[in-house]
Amino acid sequence: MLRLIGRRLLAAIPNVIGIVVVTFILTRALPGDPAAFYAGPAATQEAVEQVRAKLGLDQPLWKQFVDYVGDLARGDLGLSISTGQQVLDEILRRLPASLELTLLGLVVACAIALPLGILASTRPGSWIDHACRLVTTLGVSLPIFFTGLLLAYVFYYLLGIAPPPVGRLDSMYSPPPHFTGFYLVDSLVAGDVGLFLAAGKQMILPVLTLAIFVLAPIARMTRAAMLGVLSSDFVRTARASGLSSSTVLYRYAFRNAMLPVVTTMGMVFSFMLGSNVVIEKVFAWPGIGSFAVDALVQSDYAPVQGFVLVMAMLFVAINLMIDILYTAIDPRVSIDD
Amino acid sequence: MDHPVPLLSVESLGVEFRTRSGTVHALEEISFSVGKGETIGVVGESGSGKSVLFYAVLGILDPAGRITGGRAVFGGLDLVRASPSELEAIRGREAAMIFQNPRVALNPIRKVGHQIEDVLARHTSTPSAALRQRAIEALASVRIPDPERRYDAYPFELSGGLCQRIMIAIALACSPSLLVADEPTTGLDVTTQAAVMDLISELAHKRKMATVLITHDLGLAAEHCDRIVVMHAGHVVETAPTADLFAHPRHPYTARLIATTPHGTSDLRSLAAIPGYLPDLRRGDLPACRFSERCDRFEAACTERPLARLDAGQPHSVACRRPL
Ligand SMILES: Nc1ncnc2c1ncn2[C@@H]1O[C@H](COP(=O)(O)OP(=O)(O)OP(=O)(O)O)[C@@H](O)[C@H]1O
Ligand code: SF4
Ligand SMILES: [Mg+2]
Repeated sequence: MLRLIGRRLLAAIPNVIGIVVVTFILTRALPGDPAAFYAGPAATQEAVEQVRAKLGLDQPLWKQFVDYVGDLARGDLGLSISTGQQVLDEILRRLPASLELTLLGLVVACAIALPLGILASTRPGSWIDHACRLVTTLGVSLPIFFTGLLLAYVFYYLLGIAPPPVGRLDSMYSPPPHFTGFYLVDSLVAGDVGLFLAAGKQMILPVLTLAIFVLAPIARMTRAAMLGVLSSDFVRTARASGLSSSTVLYRYAFRNAMLPVVTTMGMVFSFMLGSNVVIEKVFAWPGIGSFAVDALVQSDYAPVQGFVLVMAMLFVAINLMIDILYTAIDPRVSIDD
Repeated sequence: MDHPVPLLSVESLGVEFRTRSGTVHALEEISFSVGKGETIGVVGESGSGKSVLFYAVLGILDPAGRITGGRAVFGGLDLVRASPSELEAIRGREAAMIFQNPRVALNPIRKVGHQIEDVLARHTSTPSAALRQRAIEALASVRIPDPERRYDAYPFELSGGLCQRIMIAIALACSPSLLVADEPTTGLDVTTQAAVMDLISELAHKRKMATVLITHDLGLAAEHCDRIVVMHAGHVVETAPTADLFAHPRHPYTARLIATTPHGTSDLRSLAAIPGYLPDLRRGDLPACRFSERCDRFEAACTERPLARLDAGQPHSVACRRPL
C-alpha cells in the first residue's frame, strides 16, 4: 500500500510541474493590466511604471517565472495586492470553509443516490426506478447557480424557513476556536451545541444545492453498475448457492458495483470543488472559490495562481485517495500494475 | 433402473420471458424426472432451453422470466409454489448448480475460501471458528493441491480448471442430493475438461448424488449418463436410457442428432447437418410440434394439439405423432 502511494505521488510530479507552468502563463494571459489597476485611474504613466516595477512585472517573462517558482519552493504564494495579505495564509484560512461544504454535499448526495440507485436496479420498471430516472434527468439539466438561487428564493425569501444566505454564521454568532476549521467539528469540540446548530443551519441550502448537482451522476452510475453486476455470472452462482438476498445484494453485488461508483465519486468531487466558485458567490460563503473570483475581477494574479495551484493539489490528492480505495476494494488492481 | 419415488419430478412446466420484442415462449409442457443417485444428461442445441429449465426449477430465473404453470416436486416440496426463502434454503444445500466459464462465475473480488465459507455459514451450523477448516476440507475434497494456500486466492489468480473445482467445492460443500452441472467443461481446455468431468462423476458416485449434466456434447452425455433427456426449442422431445436412445432413437430430431454425430463425439454447436433453425420462440403461432418446420416426416396430423406424448411415464418416451 505504501509503495502504491509513493508510486502515485511520483506519477503526480509531472502534473504538478505542468500546473505550475500553466497557471503562470494563464494569469499572464488574462486581460487587464494589474499595474494600471492598482495605480488608480488618475495615475500618471510614470506612477503606473513604478507600480509595475514594484510588482516585478517589468522583468522579462522568464525572470518572472524563475522568481515565481523560487517563491513556490519556499511555500510563498505571494501577496494579494488587493488585501495585502499572504495568499497562502488566506487560502489556508478559507479552505476549510470550502471543504466542509463540499464534503458534506458529497456525503448527502451519496446518502440519497446510493440507496436510490440500488433500489432502482433491483426493481427495474418500478416507481423507484422512474424516480431515479427523474432525479438523474433533473440533476443534469439544472445548472448549479440556478438550483442555488431557486433554493434560496423559495426557502429563505418565500417561506422564510431557511436562514439568510450570509455565509458560514449569522452575525449573532462568532466562530468557534480554530481547531480543524470545520465549524461543525470545531463547535462540537468547543462543546457549543447552539453554535453547531447555527453553523449547520447555514449549511443546509448550499449543501443541498451541491448534493442535487451531483446526485445525478452518482445515482445513474450506481444503478447502471448494479444492473450490470446483478446480471453477471457470479451473482447467479451466489443465488444458486442459496445465499440470502441481502448477502447477494450487498456482499456480492454492491461491492463489485462500488468499483465504477468510486471512480465516479472522484470525478464528482472534482466537479464540486469547481462549482464552489458559483455556490460561494450565491451563499456569500467565505471559501477559496469566492476569494479567487474576487481576485480575478481585480486582476490580482497571486490569489488566482494560488487558487488554481491548491485546486490542482486537491485533484491530485483525490485521485490518490480514489486509487487507494480502489486497491482496497479490488484485489486485481495492485497486481495488474 | 427403476425409481419409484424420483428425487425431482418435473411435470408440465412452462416458462415465458417478457421482453420488449415480445413474449419468449421458452419452455412448454416440460416433463421428466431424476431418480435418487441417478445421472441424467440434458442435450439439445443452443437456445433449446436447457439452462432456463433448471433456473426455473431452482427459482433463479431472471426477473423477466415467469413460470406459467406446472410442478417441480423435489423431495416432496413443489418448488414452483415454494416461497423465496424456502427456495433459498434448498439451493446450495439440497440442490446445487455449477456453470460454464468458471473464471467469471466466481466473485472476482472475494477470496475463494470465503466464498465457500459463505455457503457453509448460510446452510450449516458450523461454528465460525471452524469455518476455515471446513472450507479447506472442501477444497481438498475436489483435489485442489495445497488447499491452505488456495483458500486465500482470488479467482483471477487461478486457472479455469481450478476455478471449476472451486465451483464444485462450493456446490458440494453442504452435500446436496442433486447437482446440476450446466456445461461444466465449456471454456476449459481439452485436458482439463476430462479431469473436471471425471471429478464430477467420481464425487457423484461416492456421495450417491443425483447429477444432471447439461451439455451440447452427445458423446459426453453417452459416456457419463444413465438416461438422456433431449430438448428442442423449449420442448422435451424424447427421454430414454442412454443405450436405448442411441440404439433406437424414436424422435426424428434425436435420430438426426445421432446420425450427424458420427461416434457420439461431435459437438451440437457445430451441427450444420440439421437443416433449418430453431423457430423464433417469440412467435405467437408456434406449431404444436416445434420441430415440424425442419422435419421430413411431417404430415397434417402433426399440427394437432396437444402434441402426442407416446409412452409417457415409461423409460423411453417421445413427443411425436410419427415416431421412428
Ligand atoms: N433473460 C431472458 N430474456 C429473454 N429470453 C431469454 C432469457 N433467458 C433465456 N431466454 C431465451 O430462452 C431460450 C432458452 O435459453 P437457454 O439459455 O435455456 O438455452 P440453452 O439450451 O441453455 O442454450 P445454450 O446451450 O446456449 O446454453 C432462448 O431462446 C433464450 O433466448
Ligand atoms: S410430430 Fe411430426 S413434425 Fe413433429 S417430429 Fe414428429 S413427425 Fe416430425
Ligand atoms: Mg445454457
